[in-house]
Amino acid sequence: MNRDAQLRIISALVEDKPGVLYRITNLIRRKSFNIESIAVGPAETPGLSRMTFTMFSEYERFDQMMKNIDGLIDVRTVEPLEVRDAAVRELALVKLSGAPATKPEIMHYIDAFRGNIVDVSPTTLTVEVSGDPDKINAFIKLARTFGLSEVARTGAVALAREMTAEAPGPEK
Amino acid sequence: MPIYDVLLDYRNAEFSSREYKGIRHVLARHEQSAAHMADGYARASGKVGVCLATSGPGATNLMTGLATAYMDSSPIVAITGQVPTYVIGSDGFQESDVVGMATSVTKYTFQPLRVKDVPHMMKAAFYLAATRRPQPVLVDVPKDVQQGEDDLEFPDHVDFPKYQPLPDPDPTIVKTIARTVLNSERPIILAGGGVKMANAYQELQAFAELLVAPVVTSFMGKGVFPENHPLSLGCMGMHGSERTNKLLPECDVLLVVGSRFSDRTTGKIEKFCPNTKVIHIDIDKAEIGKNYKLPVISLNADAKKALELLVREVKAGMLGRYREPWTKKAQEVIAATSAEFNDNSHLSGVETIKMLRRLIPPKAIVTTEVGQHQMWCEQHFQAIEPRTFISSGGLGTMGFGFPAALGAKVARPDLPVIDIAGDGSFLMTENSLATSIEEDIPVTVIILNNRVLGMVAQWQRFFYKGRYSSIHLGRVPDYVKLAEAYGATGLRVDSAPDLQDAVKKALKSEVTTVIDIPISPEENVLPMLPPGAGIKEMMVG
Repeated sequence: MNRDAQLRIISALVEDKPGVLYRITNLIRRKSFNIESIAVGPAETPGLSRMTFTMFSEYERFDQMMKNIDGLIDVRTVEPLEVRDAAVRELALVKLSGAPATKPEIMHYIDAFRGNIVDVSPTTLTVEVSGDPDKINAFIKLARTFGLSEVARTGAVALAREMTAEAPGPEK
Repeated sequence: MPIYDVLLDYRNAEFSSREYKGIRHVLARHEQSAAHMADGYARASGKVGVCLATSGPGATNLMTGLATAYMDSSPIVAITGQVPTYVIGSDGFQESDVVGMATSVTKYTFQPLRVKDVPHMMKAAFYLAATRRPQPVLVDVPKDVQQGEDDLEFPDHVDFPKYQPLPDPDPTIVKTIARTVLNSERPIILAGGGVKMANAYQELQAFAELLVAPVVTSFMGKGVFPENHPLSLGCMGMHGSERTNKLLPECDVLLVVGSRFSDRTTGKIEKFCPNTKVIHIDIDKAEIGKNYKLPVISLNADAKKALELLVREVKAGMLGRYREPWTKKAQEVIAATSAEFNDNSHLSGVETIKMLRRLIPPKAIVTTEVGQHQMWCEQHFQAIEPRTFISSGGLGTMGFGFPAALGAKVARPDLPVIDIAGDGSFLMTENSLATSIEEDIPVTVIILNNRVLGMVAQWQRFFYKGRYSSIHLGRVPDYVKLAEAYGATGLRVDSAPDLQDAVKKALKSEVTTVIDIPISPEENVLPMLPPGAGIKEMMVG
């Protein structure tokens, strides 16, 4: 990976019809990017979906690909979002193994990450944690020290912040 | 409207029960050729060409043709048969994921799953193929949809909310460009295939003449500016003229219209005109900054509209600079570049091409295959009239020229159509001879027969120390007999006077004529810009 590669976020408003995701991911593949995450769901307008992609890339190639995505007939709008100028959230389910519930410090960390326990068994504990991708990465890193068994992540969703720089949002 | 087709099962339903008034159906002998015929028709006429193929192997055979049209921005609509909707996804007989495969080589794909989807999708396919940057569109029609019945109404127009068929050029940028070009001391205009697609020949010529600016073209732009015009610098790039290539980095302003800065056009992009101010006009904004990464003044516009506005701006009385020394220098290059015919009785590849230019009327349409003969045409076959030079530039598809010639002939039955071919390429689609005879589409094929894959041989000679591998084609077939086997005329010539007679005869003939010209397998295309070299570093001999 190039040294100036950084996490880029693409937010696209697209027609909700078959093949649109394929067209976009096919384009991204043709430009040889590796997609970090994809999240798709209905957007504010019926008939349109919002797709959020994240990937690591240097600026130039990324910017070029954005123009190609913008040229796709089914893409209404597409914009790159900077992590610092957008509200970025992701949800992860993290399953811990090895009788973790017996380890009291785990509960302490789950609290610190504002996680919720969504499933418990004698040998496992499944935690829901949400936040920006860095926070989730941090939680997963921590979880490894207890015995990480499985992870499912939604991929980031993001919307541009309306007030940036002078008035930063309430939390990073 | 002609439709080029290979007829097989899954699309029989389309034709068997319906009338198709005003449609001429041309049966190809291979689906790749059907796509090239549609492409040749589109390039010669500026209208959308149509091809049909069956599902599975028929559709996969079309892909090369779609990719060829996609790379060169040619508007074709491909209609493929598909297994019935209730079979899709079950690996049915002759099922293939055509939509998935074609996505990378088309502007858009449609697959009507209900009969009532068909009118809108068909209308939309033609609309999308022909507008903005023209490109192929595929419609994949399942058999039960072909056979179904419904009350159908064709829409008058189709609407894609964000799709803008013709971008509006930003007037401020147009003014900036006009000012920049007028203030330049040493301007050059680089015209690409986009000028052809937009039919902006007159506007380009008017603009160049107003500015007295020399015009160079990319290979795809060949013919958008008359190459016998006093301001024509001919083609630039890998096999462009040496003097033209060397002159380019000397210009202070390069106005690029409808070209994508292909590596074959610019040589190593980092060494391309490093001190020049570049203006880039293109209908596809994703082309801006794609290959040429330094800052440019860019305008997202159709070439015709942009040049129209620029002509108006320039005429509006803005005073240009005194540029006589530059014009004189360009004139010297142009004069030195104009090829002289060397009356040599021995027919080399180059001499043959030069001679063909004298024998073929300027209005006639010439197609080429891909390889050495194609590059000799780039160098020595001046294209004078718009849409008279048709060649596969971007994809470099061997076998393109002959079926494309048939398509062009259907588009322009009034003009002679000549495929200038190499023996390697011609063999790839020679079975189109059957189509040309059966469908009564007479063209002339001129084979520069060197019995090798000449361009590959040349690269092996230059860059692999003459270690030849898999380039020898041998002495078969006998092209005269091959032509005769199909009912075409075959002629073999080995001297200049014979060639003259043969071409005259072929142009008058009412059946397709194949002229076989044996040439040396050792001849090179020179000058040449070696791969990875900068535009000034041409290899001359």
